[in-house]
Amino acid sequence: MKAFMLYQAKARFSSTTGLEDIYIGQSHIEWKGEKLSEDAFDWQSPVIGTVYGTLLNFREQMDALKSEFDKAPYNKPPEYPVLYIKPRNTINAHLKEVAIPRGVEAVEINATLGVVIGKAATNVREEDALECIEGYTIVNDVTIPHDSFYRPAIKQKARDGFCPIGPWIVQKANLSNPDSLMIWTFKNGELIQVTSVKDLVRSIPQLIQDVTEYMTLAKGDVLLVGIPYNPPMAKAGDTIRIEIDQIGSLENRFVNENVRIAGGEKV
Amino acid sequence: MKHAKVACFGAIHDATEDKGRIRLADGRFVNEKEVVWLPPIDAGTIFALGLNYADHASEISFKAPEEPLVFLKGPNTLMGHNGETRRPKDVEMMHYECELAVVIGKKARNVNRKDAYDYVSGYTVANDYAIRDYLENYYRPNLVVKNRDTLTPIGPWFVDKEDIDDPMKLRLYTYVNGELKQEGSTKDMVFDIPFLIEYLSGFMTLNQNDIILTGTPKGTVNVVEGDEVVVGIEGIGELKNTIVADYVFAR
Repeated sequence: MKAFMLYQAKARFSSTTGLEDIYIGQSHIEWKGEKLSEDAFDWQSPVIGTVYGTLLNFREQMDALKSEFDKAPYNKPPEYPVLYIKPRNTINAHLKEVAIPRGVEAVEINATLGVVIGKAATNVREEDALECIEGYTIVNDVTIPHDSFYRPAIKQKARDGFCPIGPWIVQKANLSNPDSLMIWTFKNGELIQVTSVKDLVRSIPQLIQDVTEYMTLAKGDVLLVGIPYNPPMAKAGDTIRIEIDQIGSLENRFVNENVRIAGGEKV
Repeated sequence: MKHAKVACFGAIHDATEDKGRIRLADGRFVNEKEVVWLPPIDAGTIFALGLNYADHASEISFKAPEEPLVFLKGPNTLMGHNGETRRPKDVEMMHYECELAVVIGKKARNVNRKDAYDYVSGYTVANDYAIRDYLENYYRPNLVVKNRDTLTPIGPWFVDKEDIDDPMKLRLYTYVNGELKQEGSTKDMVFDIPFLIEYLSGFMTLNQNDIILTGTPKGTVNVVEGDEVVVGIEGIGELKNTIVADYVFAR
């Protein structure tokens, strides 16, 4: 055993209440002294607070839309962070299926980093932002494609099971530099997109400052740092794996809604 | 029956209304002045409707939408009866919105509008404040406008569905400093309660204690520091709160 290969994380399983300490090895997970494979667990989302997403926070997405901002219906570029909520019916977990609704051919894979809040954060300054962070997790903000960002995209973003989170939370002390993490998206084993947290318009601390200026982020809430420009698509039958350096891999298979409702609930 | 959640005697209590008085679950009666009112429901997902009364839509120069304009709110924004709502400095237009809040009673998926009320547990009153200065045309209205802390007073009472004969025929009204400023009827909603439940449950699962704020009629005006705002709905209750200035907060 190479003990130095292990890193600690917090996870939630269907058989437990609250978060469990686990240790991630190269080919196994250690839990309560036992070494198990990843698929031996019934993974649940490690977060149960409110999930807030951020639109237009990757530079490439901003740049691509720049010429649209001065036209109707937008009229001017955004000044404040543009946020949305992934409500509780969307919460999904590692190795669970995501259902593509009837009448929808393919869905966007919005691979992103989730910042997990560790204590209530109100009016936090950029330089103090790290203090209110518990750790980080991986999130797939599954979305039905939509061209217009004018109205809230509830119908496109709030479908059941459209927010896989996990597999676990890695505490901040275990990450050397969250502001330069790379996000790798694989479809059926093939690398299809790479983004970097380095390319955020508002860095994590700045985003926390600008958001908590007007709304409190509670312990357990998650703030998604942004969604990529031109996200890849998934169809029924695809398996998507999102990997973030020093955190792990979040994997989900996509199925048709008439097969099952995501989140494990049968129709 | 009318239900509330109040803080008094060093604890948080479930309470009910008993002949105009507040009766705690343990049997004690308390005076309205002795309690701190909390939101009566532990809210799940909070939906809010924009432009759901044609007269309000025209008031803010929009035509009523063809499909419901839905946005979501987080738990941070909720607050109980008699609370204080922060008005940021240098804003020009902050207005209240008196709204009927519909509480979901059980898991609802693909509900037909004729069965919609089977999935409702009851009603309460919400004041869905907006700060229009912060409106931008991205996922509009965005959270900076609608989801600020203290911006959504709710309560005082949660009223069982059985106590309301016809929720689509209730008078709504707002008083600012004792003066009637807003008046309407839930019958004028563009999309009524059964429609909204069918619509939302048609693409996502609604769960117990999800709340739908059903929009506001005409008569939304600017409120400023010190204003006392009372939003009321016939048969459900009157929800009061006060506008406070920025300097009260350590900012």
